Amino acid sequence: MSETASLNMQDIPQGQLPEHIELQRARVFCKADAPVHTEDVEYSGAYAAVGFDNSLQVDDFRRDFRVEIKNLSMDDIEFDMIGIDASLANAFRRILIAEVPTMAIEKVLIVNNTSVMADEILSHRLGLLPIEADPRLFDFLSENDTPNERNTIVFKMEVHCKKRGPRLTVKSDQLKWLPNGSELLMESPNPSTKPRSFTSFSCSQASLPQISGRPIGMKHLDIIITQLGPGQSIELEAHAVKGTGKVHAKWSPVGTTWYRMLPEVKLLKEVRGNDAEKLVKKCPRKVFDVEDVGHAMKKAVVSRPRDCTLCRECISGAGEENIALRRVRDHFIFTVESTGALPAEVLFTEAVKILEEKCERVISELS
Amino acid sequence: MEHGSLTDSKNSTFCLMDEDHTLANSVRFLLNKDPRVEFCGYSIPHPSENKVNIRVQTTGDSAKDVLKESFQDLIFLCQHVRSTFEKSVADFKSTQSRQEMNGA
Ligand code: SF4
Repeated sequence: MSETASLNMQDIPQGQLPEHIELQRARVFCKADAPVHTEDVEYSGAYAAVGFDNSLQVDDFRRDFRVEIKNLSMDDIEFDMIGIDASLANAFRRILIAEVPTMAIEKVLIVNNTSVMADEILSHRLGLLPIEADPRLFDFLSENDTPNERNTIVFKMEVHCKKRGPRLTVKSDQLKWLPNGSELLMESPNPSTKPRSFTSFSCSQASLPQISGRPIGMKHLDIIITQLGPGQSIELEAHAVKGTGKVHAKWSPVGTTWYRMLPEVKLLKEVRGNDAEKLVKKCPRKVFDVEDVGHAMKKAVVSRPRDCTLCRECISGAGEENIALRRVRDHFIFTVESTGALPAEVLFTEAVKILEEKCERVISELS
Repeated sequence: MEHGSLTDSKNSTFCLMDEDHTLANSVRFLLNKDPRVEFCGYSIPHPSENKVNIRVQTTGDSAKDVLKESFQDLIFLCQHVRSTFEKSVADFKSTQSRQEMNGA
């Protein structure tokens, strides 16, 4: 009898969780020493004993999922994703960093380099320069492919510092796009045949309809690559190809991208008078405000919970029991910082598409 | 992909090549949320090998079908995320440009 009684909680409607368990399910608790209830309860039957269905229906997701854009500029976006699990939010983040392709310089053909910077260091620096070219217009260059106008972008750099002059700072604007491909010729074993260049473009990239409107170039023209002393010079050609951040971080389309769960700050008891003033001062992010409640009485209110960094300053020392710090488990504040190849909002949709493609590939292999 | 086929179809281990936590963790989440699944987990046997093993044990249905449906659900979720996101961005852009016009 006692066993059924414990499961049969009369005061709780069927299909709902008791309040404290619902809190544990939907929130992460930040205690003074460590966060607790951090793990998501995934198993669909976890709450079967109280008649609560923990499974996920696609229709419910459709109904509850929301996106709110908070900030959108040329290269950055900040938005809230509400009603999604961390596993999916994290999948999007991981794909953004490592699997959305961009173009980056992969091969550098150095004709002459008398600067103090060694060839390999110079090449590495060139590789990291963000290139303003839509990677969706290009193909991956695989090992046996010949570089052509659909998979390679060629840049040329020729700088010379005059003798008896000041030092010269070489910036990224010195890299000039060669829409017709490489101008350097390969050494051919047979002197009678016509020497070939390092790329075989069948037409100028500038004449391709997708590219002609937006010429390809460096995203930033003021990145310092190296410095030349009087009399030194650099002459090289740089070949950019498509790749992903998995292989090398230079192909990552984002400076970084991250999410945090929405902080929730709750006052469990009313904090009045002097304590209220103290609490406002304690918080480095100005989460609390003091409100007049009349009769010369003041009380603390939570006015900017979103700014909370969960530094836990407010729950250390006295007054700890007055405040509950939590995070909302299915509310993600997502930030994407693009390096410039594509706008941040396009990067995100590309990332979601890549996850879809992964699923499709596995489904076709399972069938 | 390899398929650890056993005599009973309701318990299987699947090996996905060239995948990592990105896909495995997402699909594990969906599998765990599926009432037909009794147990589900994944592991990456060695960090330098590009593969993940996904274990699915169901209460009766074929594990392969349940896994396939989970991937299908994941596609639906992604499509919904994408359309919701694109709509929000379009709305945000239009209100932003309207505000700029009013401000100017
Ligand atoms: S955790 Fe830190 S930032 Fe958040 S409310 Fe407390 S003191 Fe302020």
